[in-house]
Amino acid sequence: MTGRAPRLLAGLLAACLAGSSAPAGDMLDKRSGADFMSPENRAMQADDMSNPGMFAVLDGEELWNRPEGANGRSCAGCHGEAATSMRGVATRYPAFDERSGRPIDLAGRIGECRRTRQEASPLPHESPELIALTAYVAHQSRGMPISPPQDERLAQFRENGRRLYERRIGQLDLSCASCHDARWGERLGGSVMPQGHPTAYPLYRLEWQAVGSLQRRLRNCMIGVRAEAFAFGAPELIELELYLMERAAGLTVETPGVRP
Amino acid sequence: MRWWNSLCVLAMLAPPAAAEPLRPYVVEGDAITRSLTGRPGDAENGRRLVMDRHRSLCILCHAAPLPDPHLQGTLAPTLAGAGSRLSEGQIRLRVVDMKRLVPDSIMPAYYRTGGLAQVAASFRDRPILTAEEIEDVVAFLVTLKE
Ligand code: HEC
Ligand code: HEC
Repeated sequence: MTGRAPRLLAGLLAACLAGSSAPAGDMLDKRSGADFMSPENRAMQADDMSNPGMFAVLDGEELWNRPEGANGRSCAGCHGEAATSMRGVATRYPAFDERSGRPIDLAGRIGECRRTRQEASPLPHESPELIALTAYVAHQSRGMPISPPQDERLAQFRENGRRLYERRIGQLDLSCASCHDARWGERLGGSVMPQGHPTAYPLYRLEWQAVGSLQRRLRNCMIGVRAEAFAFGAPELIELELYLMERAAGLTVETPGVRP
Repeated sequence: MRWWNSLCVLAMLAPPAAAEPLRPYVVEGDAITRSLTGRPGDAENGRRLVMDRHRSLCILCHAAPLPDPHLQGTLAPTLAGAGSRLSEGQIRLRVVDMKRLVPDSIMPAYYRTGGLAQVAASFRDRPILTAEEIEDVVAFLVTLKE
């Protein structure tokens, strides 16, 4: 008798929670892609000594401290210790960029600092240097909850991201939502379908044998449905990220992740 | 497993279907009774096609009585027994254009080029499978009796 009451209560509580109206874009039972991985891959991500993404983080640390460009300043020259100044930054990106009047992602912000403060040559998308710096900065937020900024100026871009997420595209005529909202946990061929949360980027993907960005992942999904993928840096990819981060709010940053 | 990657490679190497105009067909009820080519398909080639995860993609979503069940998807009902549950004509319509029956289906229409957005250049204006290939796939599914 005594053992049953708490369980009943817990059940009732769960039922109430399930019935309560969740904030827009929120989903119950939110899960990182890591939850769907094999124990081997999870162990690889969890152990810094075996996580290949840590090489990018270490490269990023070196770049953080290296003077660059006409100004001869390093990132550290302005920001000091990344462990304090960059802590939490990745949890709130993409953020609104005053200069362009648009959202900017973390890699874009790094590029802007390089251009305007260091007066250095731009780093191409997916270049090892940009991936390393982004991984290093994002790594400073590892373990912190994703907390998108409540900035009204972002709303229309996030809304466009949602629209892109729900739009069927490509010869296979599928939307991101077709796969990641309704059918997560099912298998697409040999791969388990994740919920599609951008919690761990840049990350090491065994299939790539490299560390890559979220934009690379999103382009892969688009190419997979035989759609014309948005170019690296395209506003649409940043709007998608904005929506995905809102959808992932509360999950913890894992950078650098490992994925199959 | 590595299907996205393989798809990219495939997109560059081999356009999957010749860009010939679609052949007309008649839908009667929930079936297309007549062969798209006017000839019966080749079930053996159909089996190969259904197994081909890069070309037909069927087993990315469906299980089927074919090798490597651990690489078969769970997004759709199994194809085992399809030939007992459905007539040849019903199978044909489902492969040609499932969305006529289930408008919000995730199953791609295999013999349609219109009503699609943002299709990659190498796949534009081509159906996923040719009329011959559809007939081969249909001929194979008909043999899947329970
Ligand atoms: C046909 C199914 C399908 C569609 C459509 C699709 N994806 Fe994916 N997506 C996958 C699969 C499968 C994976 C996991 C790949 C793997 O582990 O091999 C994935 C991975 C992801 C990830 C990485 C999650 C992680 O844990 O790192 C994100 C983010 C993502 N998708 C977002 C999107 C977005 C945004 C779109 C639309 C532009 C989209 N996907 C369209 C199947 C799909
Ligand atoms: C992206 C997912 C997907 C792909 C790829 C796919 N299907 Fe389907 N298929 C489905 C779904 C889902 C259904 C169930 C009907 C529905 O809900 O839309 C279905 C239903 C069917 C049915 C009817 C089954 C029954 O018992 O009623 C047949 C036959 C079929 N598919 C054959 C094929 C063949 C052959 C291929 C490849 C040439 C294929 N499908 C590719 C998702 C898919």
